[in-house]
Amino acid sequence: MYVYQDYDQRLLDERVAQFRDQTQRYLDGKLREDEYRPLRLQNGLYVQRYAPMLRIAVPYGMLDSKQLRMLAHVCRTWDKGYCHVSTRQNIQFNWPDLQDVPDILAALASVQMHGIQTSGNCIRNTTTDEFAGVNPKEIADPRPWCELIRQWSTFNPEFAYLPRKFKIAVNAVPDEDPALIGVHDIGVQIVTADNGDIGFQVWAGGGLGRTPMTGEIIGEFVAREDLLSYLEAILRVYNKYGIRDNKYKARIKIIVKAMGREKFRELTEREFAELKGGPMTLTEAEMARMIASFPAPAYAALTDMPSALQQALDSNKAFNRWYHTNTRAHKQAGYRAVTLSLKKTGRVPGDITDNELDAVAELADRYSFGEVRNTHQQNMVLADVRQDQLFEVWQALDKLGLATPNLKLLTDIVACPGGDYCSLANAKSIPIAEAIQRRFDDLDYLHDIGELDINISGCMNACGHHHIGHIGILGVDKKGREYYQITLGGRGDKISRIGDKMGPSFESDEVADVIEKIVNLYVEKRHDDELFIDTYERIGIEPFKESVYGSAD
Amino acid sequence: MAQLIKDGALTDNEWVRVTPEDDGIPANGDIIVSLSCWQEQKEALKNRAGKVAVCLEPGQEPAEIAADLADLPMVAINFPVFADGRGYSYARELRSRYGYQGEIRALGDVLQDQLFYMWRCGFNAFDIRADRDAAEALKGLNDFTVTYQGDARDPRPIYRRTSA
Repeated sequence: MYVYQDYDQRLLDERVAQFRDQTQRYLDGKLREDEYRPLRLQNGLYVQRYAPMLRIAVPYGMLDSKQLRMLAHVCRTWDKGYCHVSTRQNIQFNWPDLQDVPDILAALASVQMHGIQTSGNCIRNTTTDEFAGVNPKEIADPRPWCELIRQWSTFNPEFAYLPRKFKIAVNAVPDEDPALIGVHDIGVQIVTADNGDIGFQVWAGGGLGRTPMTGEIIGEFVAREDLLSYLEAILRVYNKYGIRDNKYKARIKIIVKAMGREKFRELTEREFAELKGGPMTLTEAEMARMIASFPAPAYAALTDMPSALQQALDSNKAFNRWYHTNTRAHKQAGYRAVTLSLKKTGRVPGDITDNELDAVAELADRYSFGEVRNTHQQNMVLADVRQDQLFEVWQALDKLGLATPNLKLLTDIVACPGGDYCSLANAKSIPIAEAIQRRFDDLDYLHDIGELDINISGCMNACGHHHIGHIGILGVDKKGREYYQITLGGRGDKISRIGDKMGPSFESDEVADVIEKIVNLYVEKRHDDELFIDTYERIGIEPFKESVYGSAD
Repeated sequence: MAQLIKDGALTDNEWVRVTPEDDGIPANGDIIVSLSCWQEQKEALKNRAGKVAVCLEPGQEPAEIAADLADLPMVAINFPVFADGRGYSYARELRSRYGYQGEIRALGDVLQDQLFYMWRCGFNAFDIRADRDAAEALKGLNDFTVTYQGDARDPRPIYRRTSA
């Protein structure tokens, strides 16, 4: 992991002091609510339905055990004993008191954590593949580039008051999109040039929310040293020409679409031409320093499938199922990456308690070099577990309720906090997730159905990424009642694609029935080895509509 | 009470902003005029006694006055609301693209918590909103001692500053 230098820590401490002063001036009436609002948002502090919500940045999802323990401490001391993993790999606290927030931030700063730019109209946390650095398919570790982007975007003086929020993701895997770059304001795809050098293909104009769309390729090949200059060029174009008088049209995607890719590219290239080769150009020393900040851990020389693992797989069916569902291949022989499911039925998707955080920290220290990652599907990962220790890890996770073998399956539901917490929400998300999980409680059937992403958002802001769920569920308000709109065929797996709307919306107690009908039709129509999304793409939406709404005749 | 911060200190404001509602251009004294006023009466303005500055509104880019910068001792950039950040890019462009050396002054909704970023983007003068204590606001220039990026004052990002 990137280790803070003195100056990184000093900057963070200065930020804590600045925000303490801003909050005090607000409480003293020297800052008006509308003046304080953008300041607190840029520090991750929302005012929510029952209490403020504080969003803490987890750069590209990476946490160490010390940070996990501090999060547990914050849960215990200032919150109600739990926190929430967000769909952008961050952590959210639901119940802090406003006047405690400066103290919470001071505590977090002691372990190099903060809420900087986790909300507001600025550049947000940069996200990536939760298996970065251990994914055997990746071209290069994306994290050094994420950290370079983090530093460039942190308190960037020119881009603090953008037309709207701005999200960047980096993907290093060819032909798959684990970081969802297709639906980010900027997506950075690591690519290899003919001469073997790595560089970047830069996408812009993707996004979810009210007008979901996938991005366009703006930079075909950006050289390594030019990455930040190219991003700066895009941001400058957006800052100058983004729409500011209508917040529903203010994301970069709207101007990329409105002016067209060629025009947007031309404006970007004009800015880039002035920056290229200038002082922003990354130095060899800086790139080398960043790459060296993410060294491979001290792996033991091991071989795949040791006999201890083979025996456990042969003798324990539950372990076997978990192994095949919740662990995945690793770059390093003898290791697997383990995903902890925060999606046990009855658990709020992505929520984790103080005691669980401490326990996960302990497991990370014992089995995975002290590191943990948050996933955009609201789970956690121990990325470097020895295969001969997997059985022990499984036993420990099983005791904690974090070994539900449902990763990527129907009950691994992504859901925003919804109307139970969020003041933006039109409808609740959490009870809908639970109703679906209860409906599909037979593990054998769940595994027979296979991979199926369900995403639930409580409003148009799409924090639950419903547009890219194979089945997406969106809460809408109809005359004060909660209704749910269903989309089918969205993707956030190999590629990013926006789902198709099915038709009229449903009442909350109908949703699980509708999902069951959709799944039944898939099971009836599927060919051998065909996943839900494959069947959908083959037969289209009409048969699904018919099964849910009845025949059109 | 002085509302103007210039080059890090409170100072008296010698400039008068002339708006379309005013009765014409005053014969002398230093004035700030709108872009359209400048474009329409450029020659007359250049020949009058007293200095002239142009005020850019959001949506009016520095390119529109690029050819005139040698005649302008000051460019003002107005912030109708502080959350409209276009002016940050305009100031940056004036300094970096056009090499403008004169005064760049922030007008309008100019408050303590934005000063540090404005300063880094190339503003060197801040006309603090009338209902705020400019002496308090001055503290905003010192919020941080660390910066990652290069800026209009020092184009070197941190990785070109710390080591050779």
